[in-house]
Amino acid sequence: MTEENIQNKVDVIVIGAGPAGVSAAITVARGGKKVVLVERANAAGAKNMYGGVVYTHAAKEIFPNYEDAPIERYVSKHNYVLLSKDSSTEISYKNTNHNGNAFVTIRAKWDKWCVEQAVKEGVYFAPNTLVNELIVKNGKVCGIRTDVEDYFADVVIIADGVNSLLAKQIGLRKDIKPKNVAMGVKEVIKLPCEVINSRFALSDNQGCAMELAGAPLKDLFGMGIIYTNKDSVAVGIGVSLDDLKEKKLKPYELLDEFKKHPFVAELIEGGEVVEYSAHLIPEGGYNHIPKLYTNGALVVGDAAGLVNNVHFEGTNLAMLSGKYAGETALDALERNDFSENTLCLYKKKLENSFILKDLRTYKDVVQILLGRTSSFLNYYPAKVNEFFEIFTTADGVEKQGKFRKFTKDFFRKRSLAELFKDAVAGIKLIFGVLK
Amino acid sequence: MDKKIEDKLYTLKYKTDSNCHLCPDESKCLQCQEKTCTIICPANVYTYNETEKKLTVSYEKCLECGACRIICKNINWKYPKSGKGVIFKKS
Repeated sequence: MTEENIQNKVDVIVIGAGPAGVSAAITVARGGKKVVLVERANAAGAKNMYGGVVYTHAAKEIFPNYEDAPIERYVSKHNYVLLSKDSSTEISYKNTNHNGNAFVTIRAKWDKWCVEQAVKEGVYFAPNTLVNELIVKNGKVCGIRTDVEDYFADVVIIADGVNSLLAKQIGLRKDIKPKNVAMGVKEVIKLPCEVINSRFALSDNQGCAMELAGAPLKDLFGMGIIYTNKDSVAVGIGVSLDDLKEKKLKPYELLDEFKKHPFVAELIEGGEVVEYSAHLIPEGGYNHIPKLYTNGALVVGDAAGLVNNVHFEGTNLAMLSGKYAGETALDALERNDFSENTLCLYKKKLENSFILKDLRTYKDVVQILLGRTSSFLNYYPAKVNEFFEIFTTADGVEKQGKFRKFTKDFFRKRSLAELFKDAVAGIKLIFGVLK
Repeated sequence: MDKKIEDKLYTLKYKTDSNCHLCPDESKCLQCQEKTCTIICPANVYTYNETEKKLTVSYEKCLECGACRIICKNINWKYPKSGKGVIFKKS
């Protein structure tokens, strides 16, 4: 089969029907061009899992009718929890004026709904289609090789997820290093809607997004999440793959320990595990973004490492990077030029948006925290709990002595060198973000 | 058999591929001291039998995350064929 064979040629092929791929495909279709969205799973969303939420701003931009989607709950409350071995300190944020800016949904349902919308707008969807390799001719990506046949396009948008074997094939990225990726493992635990409402203090369609750090995750670089679905709760952890390797810990055993912490255990008590899942999360940030375009191809979403792990943002970066890639493909079709000279517009769009601006802001955060994991994600969370233990305890003992002991211990039990390093890291974090 | 993980995997649906999509170079496995694949895999796909000196690859349990691929360069790692492998429904 040759490129000249019109039968197998479209304007754009998008590989991967996750949030990034579907957003790219629908953008191209809206521009009136012929686009095929291929997916290796038997249905959109079947290979996808997240520890997260979908952000309203991105959903609205791609799907103005997003409220018709199978949304579980709107995130009306965002909680941050610091855990010590047997206690917890929680900060909860809620604005009663609105229902938050994100919603929780189940990927198998949401991704499927998104593809249905795309199909209605003219995208041709091809499930059960694994792309074995990209076809490159005269230095330009010009198509895809599947088990069945070769297919050709002027522009190929690579949205094949965190592992992105295809971006690697054409040299846009090197293999990911274990320290630049986190292992996410999660369980969906079924509980009656009323029980969830009462345990999380929610009304029927309100939801809670909770991020947790501290003791159950030991000295590992990682955090836990708890998100409320309508009648189930998602409980998961994301932990540096490098740390799991170094400390020889199995991810599912760590998840079990996390679930056993009294704070978590109370929230999921009596629930039945209805699905276990695992997925990698790109953690490299700004410093490890691959080359985003080459002649005839663009990389979007997780495949391009576009995740803001400080804010647990990924779906919105995926959707909007997909949209910008779609717009860039339309521009290239208009000019009939598919070289890097035209496709570099994609990078400019990312640079002008919150996507690369935010990732640049946080570019050193992960590296700084990786060096001080034990302090920031274990020692200080424990100290915060210790402080509140003292602050809230009335036991007939005078307070000043307790505070003095707490302060003394703070300096005595931790070497000055360690405290100094923590302080430097803290300052670097603040200045790194604000400068 | 690790019961904890088997119970978890029992909640999942699979369309099993007829061929194994994870192919470690077994001669290198025998020399490998760490056998990190047996630790980091979230589906316990890799188990090593000390007495038989054999690495078993239960590819049909694979969640296709790619962790083993990143941690070990001796695994010829592919996705299962079109439409095959794990199917998440509630994640």
